[in-house]
Amino acid sequence: MPYQFRIAAARRCVLTTPLNSQRGRNYATRSSSSPASLPASRRSPQVETMSRRAAERLLRRLGPLAVEPPARVQKRTFSTTATHIQRNPAYSVLNSDDVSYFKSILGDSGVVQDEDRVAVANVDWMGKYRGASQLLLLPKSTTEVSKILSYCNSRRLAVVPQGGNTGLVGGSVPVYDEVIVSLVGMDKIISFDNVNGILTCEAGCVLENLSTFVENEGFIMPLDLGAKGSCHIGGNISTNAGGLRFIRYGSLHGNVLGLEVVLANGTVLDMLSTLRKDNTGYDLKHLFIARRNLGEILSAFEFMDHHCIDLAMKHLEGVQNPLPASPYKFYVLIETTGSDESYDKAKLEAFLLRSMEDGLVADGVIAQDISQASNFWRIREGISEASVKVGAVYKYDLSIPVEKLYDIVEEMRIRVEVLGYGHLGDGNLHLNILSSKYDESVLAQIEPFVYEWTSAQRGSISAEHGLGLMKAEKIHYSKSPEAVSLSMVS
Amino acid sequence: MKILVAVKRVVDYAVKVRVKPDRTGVETANVKMSMNPFCEIAVEEALRLREAGAAAEVVAATIGPAQSADTLRTALAMGADRAVHVLHDADPARPLLPLAVAKILRAVALEEKPGLVILGKQVILDKEKQKATVEREVDGGIETICLDLPAVITTDLRLNQPRYATLPNIMKAKSKVIKKITPQELNVDIRSDLEVVEVNEPPKRKAGVILSSVDELLDKLKNEARVL
Repeated sequence: MPYQFRIAAARRCVLTTPLNSQRGRNYATRSSSSPASLPASRRSPQVETMSRRAAERLLRRLGPLAVEPPARVQKRTFSTTATHIQRNPAYSVLNSDDVSYFKSILGDSGVVQDEDRVAVANVDWMGKYRGASQLLLLPKSTTEVSKILSYCNSRRLAVVPQGGNTGLVGGSVPVYDEVIVSLVGMDKIISFDNVNGILTCEAGCVLENLSTFVENEGFIMPLDLGAKGSCHIGGNISTNAGGLRFIRYGSLHGNVLGLEVVLANGTVLDMLSTLRKDNTGYDLKHLFIARRNLGEILSAFEFMDHHCIDLAMKHLEGVQNPLPASPYKFYVLIETTGSDESYDKAKLEAFLLRSMEDGLVADGVIAQDISQASNFWRIREGISEASVKVGAVYKYDLSIPVEKLYDIVEEMRIRVEVLGYGHLGDGNLHLNILSSKYDESVLAQIEPFVYEWTSAQRGSISAEHGLGLMKAEKIHYSKSPEAVSLSMVS
Repeated sequence: MKILVAVKRVVDYAVKVRVKPDRTGVETANVKMSMNPFCEIAVEEALRLREAGAAAEVVAATIGPAQSADTLRTALAMGADRAVHVLHDADPARPLLPLAVAKILRAVALEEKPGLVILGKQVILDKEKQKATVEREVDGGIETICLDLPAVITTDLRLNQPRYATLPNIMKAKSKVIKKITPQELNVDIRSDLEVVEVNEPPKRKAGVILSSVDELLDKLKNEARVL
């Protein structure tokens, strides 16, 4: 049961008009198919705009993704008609002690037995699927969700999680008398990082509210669908909803950076790698603005410190320092790829010149032809090759909040000779420690410090290189024991 | 002294040049265009002469359509002082063939009166006044020649390593003057006595073979290559 998310919000682009016209078409489709008996609250145009095609797509998507909680909780199978499923007699029947326990953790307002209110939650919005639950629970925090599930698990009470109840396949309503756990009360936006475009919110947030919120910040949600006025982000993510922006931003799962999940037995699984904003350390985040200004044409955003440049100049053949006159501390390599060269060039130049006027960029060069561009790349790509020529290299590949990306390099530099470079766009640091030979005492200077430091920042010790032999025993620095045991099982 | 450098917008050196399907020329649509690498070297050399105090001004010139101004901007961003753009749109009736280029450059040179003209690849010589010492590679060594100025020289690939266009210079280049002029204004009539019949790709090189013995090699050299 996911409840906290972080969404990489993409920058608002000028392509909103086609999306609107798409929406217009969907209006036309639904007017003929929408049932007239919809409850008033469900008759918002947004709910109805789901076209048949989108619905089919969702259906297809949902099939294999049906939530399958561990066997101790009622196992549900989705099909077009739910009637032939037999209630599993192993499940207990709700009694008054259960209700009083729920009241003790949620308070009176969080436990709904009122028939009318429960009836609304028992039926899906199309009126096709109808359950017979007698209890609706409205938790307000992860702890409450955890307590509910832990209790239901021990009592063998069947549970159905519910969000906006906009599903089209009967996944959001009870089949029999399951306890409905609705996350409608968990609708808080926890934080928004407007530098990196990262939104952290609770599962019960309505998609449209999130859209409005990020749009005010100049961003756009990577997901938009007809039901946005009612559907919850939690349901969107658990079903990996497609929607209207799929072609531009890809799968929703690809845009989710972390989750905090409550398992069926009540265990809270923290896979939410928080990247809290911090104004200490280097202001690398200013350079991150490139991502927003260049948007769709930005294809690479690499950074390296001056040690890298010096090393590349010393050990690589045929490279020329692009900026010999300016010994600066950091260098960034930006590459753009687009369909219209003159437009892209104008955009890149405008961005660079503005950055220079703003003092973010001290100096720079722009490749005037392909061979110059490959010379720039030769420096970046040759760092690894150059570092081997020194003797021994200890390589670390860390994923760290971008604001703190360089802090560890500074800390390590006190002890050893070190290079820092990497992919700024992904917060991926390549930390290379140079030594004349491989030596236990050098290693002792590095490990476990690097792993501990990364862990303390909630980073990952393997951003892209994988764990391999080197880090197989170190996974616990990046993943909680619960997350590790879960991935071992699956 | 003033140095005139002729630059040309060409298909990028790193791009594979393709012949158009109708064989009337090479494909330039949607192909990355850049300054000819020889021209870059020529610009670099002119800038070095200016920085060494041997010249006061570097003027870049090109002939071509409106997009050729990008190439002049590159020269200006490298450090050239100003530029001359002789406008000529691609026109099958008036193709820009070497003779026409030479006539236009001559007209530009007569107008600008440079002390030295540096060109990428083609050789032209002109009248004389002052002296210049130039080295050139010949078979078996380097020949040093003393030239009287004004003169026209061409560059070799190994002459220098052209500089990159830096951001401050790109900014400055935006405000530098590009003088636009037409061949008619230079009194040059572009007409062609040449006709392009067909443009073909060079024949493809055949794949090599790996031989298993010296005898086989000798056999091939004798009977196939006929060099023995």
